[in-house]
Amino acid sequence: MAKVIIALGNDISTDDIYPGRHMATVLPSETPQFAFSDRTEFNARLWAREFPACRVVVGGENFGCGSSREQACSTLKGYEVTVVAKSISRIFLQNSINLGLKVVLCPAIEASEGDELEITEDRVLNKTTGKAFDQVKMPASRKGIMDAGGLIPYTRTLLKARK
Amino acid sequence: MGMTVAEKILARAAGLPSVAAGDVVEPKVDLAMSHENAALVINQFLEVFEGTGLEPKIWDPSRVAIIFDHRVPAESPKTATNQKKIREFTAANGIGKFHDIRGDVGGICHQILPEFGYVRPGFVVVGTDSHTTSHGALGAFSFGIGATEMASVWSLGFAVNIEVPETIKVVVTGRFPPFVSAKDLILHVIGTLTAQGANYKVLEFHGETIRKMNTSGRIAICNMSVEAGATSGIVPGDEETVRYLREESGVTDEINCVVPDADARYIRTLEVDVSSLVPQVACPHTVDNVKPITEVLGTKVQQIVIGSCTNGRLDDLAIAADILRGRKVAVGTRMLVFPASGRIFAQAMEKGYVQDFMKAGAVVMNSGCGPCLGVHEGALGDGETALSTTNRNFKGRMGNPKSEVYLCSPAVAAASAITGVITDPRAN
Repeated sequence: MAKVIIALGNDISTDDIYPGRHMATVLPSETPQFAFSDRTEFNARLWAREFPACRVVVGGENFGCGSSREQACSTLKGYEVTVVAKSISRIFLQNSINLGLKVVLCPAIEASEGDELEITEDRVLNKTTGKAFDQVKMPASRKGIMDAGGLIPYTRTLLKARK
Repeated sequence: MGMTVAEKILARAAGLPSVAAGDVVEPKVDLAMSHENAALVINQFLEVFEGTGLEPKIWDPSRVAIIFDHRVPAESPKTATNQKKIREFTAANGIGKFHDIRGDVGGICHQILPEFGYVRPGFVVVGTDSHTTSHGALGAFSFGIGATEMASVWSLGFAVNIEVPETIKVVVTGRFPPFVSAKDLILHVIGTLTAQGANYKVLEFHGETIRKMNTSGRIAICNMSVEAGATSGIVPGDEETVRYLREESGVTDEINCVVPDADARYIRTLEVDVSSLVPQVACPHTVDNVKPITEVLGTKVQQIVIGSCTNGRLDDLAIAADILRGRKVAVGTRMLVFPASGRIFAQAMEKGYVQDFMKAGAVVMNSGCGPCLGVHEGALGDGETALSTTNRNFKGRMGNPKSEVYLCSPAVAAASAITGVITDPRAN
């Protein structure tokens, strides 16, 4: 079971997720403190570890649009968040897969803060409202990286194979 | 089946006779660009090699470019230390295409790459910056990636698992009316397509208006293609591309332009006639919230920004200087100008534009990204509004979530600087 800790609208940008003024902070171990830092109350609750395990951020269309900054993914991964969004911008989706941030494409998702979700292989069930929503499968091209646990181990395997 | 420009470039780079949208390829990379986020790329690159028994080695240092632009000069000890680390890494790894903080050869990455002839038609270019789409202006397939993906490219020399994108053909006809330019065109296109209308797709620009457009304007439209979600914006290489590379970038070797096949498959064609286009303004807080200027006239602005990888080139500064010459920036409004490169700064001094700006009361800053990403130089106060020639107006973009940013062309920005409110340059 997973709990929605925030439900957001369309076009949530990487500036919202990880404002540019924190971009000098690059290491994944250091980025979580700045997650959604302009949403000061939410940021403080994340940082205080107020939320239960199995946290879900729900987004609308075009989640993660804007910058290629990878901190926008590492900052969420630091809280072991799962992103469930109607659609996800190209670079954010690729960065998520590369870093192993869990993302779920669910074009019809309806969920509010506090809802309990059950995420299965191909569906998202909102236990609070009783509605179920289909997932869109990740493109097959990304499966290799996901199965390897991210792009770093995937690249490592390719390098070793070349040797 | 014929191929689009993106398909042709990816087929060549993947060593295949042909590819089609949806295919998954591993294209060789011709140029890999980073800015200060190379600090993270270096970190990830070293991690790739951990435990492999292999020495960390960049596949081809001559194909790596690193340009400092996002926070120049450094705004904090942290940035300065990142820059120091990158500087040492470039020296140790033989990265010659390194542009440090300098008044002569420094500048914004998306200006330096074309200016120094690092990008050619037909290239596959990757950059750890979403506006890497800019380089499609020279007929390249150029797209933004994250730092970890760049670490993978540095290690392997190719990009893994790239899905060949579908292409939207944008056909632009008509002559721009006075004070209407490439920036107004791309804002109009983004407003039409929406912020995700070209997600996972390429925008390929055609039509007489594009053929007559200079490379500066083409960079502006390809730069902002990402604001409609596009993987890449491409203007197929032509005479202007060759002219620019020969005359302005000093390229002497062979240039091979890639044009689409006559029967290339496009998923959509968007036609735009610019002859009746009016100046466009993207309103807070999304880039696709585009309105004709007539709907926002009179909006009070406290800060005007002219510059960035979108509109900091010589012709952008020229039109602004022409409007401002002999006039004054309104009291209560401040105007910041950021030439896109040291070379452009020098040219703007020779032409007298820098003097025009300063006499008018504008502050001319060093080349760099400036306030565009809200890190330093020109943050906004609570409740303040900026009118800017940059490319993003997301909430908090200029460093303060309690402020607003409108996006426009250099002509609109300059005309508005004089009045302190959003002003139509055509009425001047």
